[in-house]
Amino acid sequence: MDLLNALVALANFVIVPGLAYGSQLALGALGVTLIYGILRFSNFAHGDTMAFGAMSTILFTWWLQSMGVSFGPLPTALLALPVGIAATALLVLLIDKSVYRFYREQKAKPVILVIISMGVMFVMNGLVRFIIGVDDQRFADGERFIITAREFKEMTGLDEGLAIKSTAALTVVVAIIVVAFLFWFLNKTRTGKSMRAFSDNEDLALLSGINPERVVMITWIIVAGLATIAGVLYGLDKSFKPFTYFQLLLPIFAAAIVGGLGSPIGAIAGGFVIAFSEVLITYAFKKVAGYVFPAWEPDGLIQLLSTDYKFAVSFSILIIVLLFRPTGLFRGKAL
Amino acid sequence: MTLTSRDIFLFFIVFALIGATGFFQSWNVALGIFNMGLISAIMALGVNMQWGYAGLFNIGVMGFVALGGLGAVIVSMPPVNDAWAAGGLRVIFALLIGIATLVAATQLWKRMEKGAIRAFALIVVLVAGFFIFRAVFDPAVEAIEAVNPANLGYLGGLGLPVILSWPVGAVLAAGAAWLVGKTALGLRSDYLAIATLGISEIIIAVLKNEDWLSRGVKNVIGIPRPVPYEIDLQKSETFVERTTSWGFDPVIASSITVKLAYAGLFLTVLILLLWLSQAALSSPWGRMMRAIRDNEVAAEAMGKNVTARHLQIFILGSAVCGLAGAMMTTLDGQLTPSSYQPLRFTFLVWVMVIVGGSGNNFGAVLGGFLIWYLWVMVEPFGLILIQTITAGMSDGYWLKDHLLDSAAHMRLLTMGLILLLVLRFSPRGLIPER
Repeated sequence: MDLLNALVALANFVIVPGLAYGSQLALGALGVTLIYGILRFSNFAHGDTMAFGAMSTILFTWWLQSMGVSFGPLPTALLALPVGIAATALLVLLIDKSVYRFYREQKAKPVILVIISMGVMFVMNGLVRFIIGVDDQRFADGERFIITAREFKEMTGLDEGLAIKSTAALTVVVAIIVVAFLFWFLNKTRTGKSMRAFSDNEDLALLSGINPERVVMITWIIVAGLATIAGVLYGLDKSFKPFTYFQLLLPIFAAAIVGGLGSPIGAIAGGFVIAFSEVLITYAFKKVAGYVFPAWEPDGLIQLLSTDYKFAVSFSILIIVLLFRPTGLFRGKAL
Repeated sequence: MTLTSRDIFLFFIVFALIGATGFFQSWNVALGIFNMGLISAIMALGVNMQWGYAGLFNIGVMGFVALGGLGAVIVSMPPVNDAWAAGGLRVIFALLIGIATLVAATQLWKRMEKGAIRAFALIVVLVAGFFIFRAVFDPAVEAIEAVNPANLGYLGGLGLPVILSWPVGAVLAAGAAWLVGKTALGLRSDYLAIATLGISEIIIAVLKNEDWLSRGVKNVIGIPRPVPYEIDLQKSETFVERTTSWGFDPVIASSITVKLAYAGLFLTVLILLLWLSQAALSSPWGRMMRAIRDNEVAAEAMGKNVTARHLQIFILGSAVCGLAGAMMTTLDGQLTPSSYQPLRFTFLVWVMVIVGGSGNNFGAVLGGFLIWYLWVMVEPFGLILIQTITAGMSDGYWLKDHLLDSAAHMRLLTMGLILLLVLRFSPRGLIPER
């Protein structure tokens, strides 16, 4: 019984949050890794693209809510998602046409493109702050919980409750659908295949008649979709605050690099590796230990690191991977 | 490498802009901009060493600047004897244990034969070291933070003159740079960027949370100054007599005197650094650096150790950023860890370097002054602009209110646009490399 309680406590505070956070990171890292594979630079504006996507979705959600539209038990934001994606796709395509294309034609060095993306990040960050401000915005509605801690306790008779937020479950489900669709697209459709060919060997792809501008355009649209979905899911699960999206940049990049830059499977694996390490290392194990070893009365919280240091976790994993396996777990590209 | 008349003209314009602020607003504001401009110029010099000389992409400037600020606290604040008695030595002992663990782990990794035993031994050493460290560290921290937590609750500093903290800040930043450079240099250029981004976030997290070291978000205030206090000047009879005889208000004159004194100190440091970096850039060492930047493979074929040279310049540039950070904390007279924002301290410095002209020290200095001036002035200008745009709208109209509220965020947008425009139409900056 105690062991079961320990397991439930662990699931409640580690596994469920870890799965949700991991899915969000994986979606973010997929965007980064796609840009890296096709356009060949690290896109530092990705965090702010997520913020922009989430913001446009939120604005449309508010409009829907004011019109009295709701999605039953599901958050209205899901209905607004296509509009958010469209707005973000328009913006990134506009930026690509006006900013990135010039450097692509010049065949600028990747590091120049990284600096450009830094400028884009500034502009997007300013745009988001200008439109919606810097404060927390809550836009989640619908059912709060699939199962609350009390219901779980009553159902099972255990001392520990397991609460599953509907947003957490939604995150995982949406992430699975999106990832399945993305892999189907990359592996089965003609366009997806041309994207992979372009990523593998640009010259060969050009020789076989693939239109590079079209590949780039589709990549940006997919990335805008991934970023918006990741941003909205993160915002639903926690709350929307522009600055936190900038801070997500570090775990997202850590996830993409740990998995191997340019490798979509790697990005997903990396996302979960980073998320679970962060949650496990900053979780206070006192409760779980209390169930497993009832005789032991620890004086501390048995927390390896305080939650304020969660950046340190993604950073350390990143360093370890860079030291021992610079190409990442799934052998991405590395120069 | 000398300045052309065009460069001198550009410098003249920037100083004229700052001077105009003095004439039309107040000299106090103008000198404030000038002083932060001096510090920004030094930060830009540091980043220019890394990017302009060697092509290294460091986006952790904020962390190195913050470490410099920590240096100012550690050197100049008076020591808190009760806290030292409560657990000062124990904390130091714990930190030594931590370092010993890491050294033991790296030695073990180097000395033992490859295989499962090595991996197992490594994990045992790290885990055991971590728990011993925490066992020694945690009680000491608790004891220190219990000493008068409202006013102190930290170890304090060494009580030395604050000027000494400038080189100390540089050394602290250099140490962090060595750690990052050792791991991330020699890999892809973007990896260094991510690693520096990470280390800077961690440094800020440490400053915010390790109360025993920096009082965390409770901030360290009242860092001793290298220059006199306004209030002392106002009390000094000779000062009041002299300024009134010259026709100035003693209160304003005192704050301007203090700012001028800071400006003199900072200007001395800037000129010294500029002279050193110019000498370095035109020396054989500088030529080698640029050769490595332009073609790493060729330089390596000529027998240059690219990674070691990169590490060297990365440490030097970060040290300059740390120096600037210590100077900034000295100017502010306080360390407020929550005020370190990456957009303000990392990316703005990058805009300075790129707009000024990467690879040219004078360009970096010019960029430092110009961009700092714009950063300060965009907000009032943006407000005026928005007020003009919205003048036609009726009061209380939601769009007008929203636009007026958001005017403060014009800064980031403007800086991003400036960066993108300069990179597109004048990629070599205002004073290009020669």
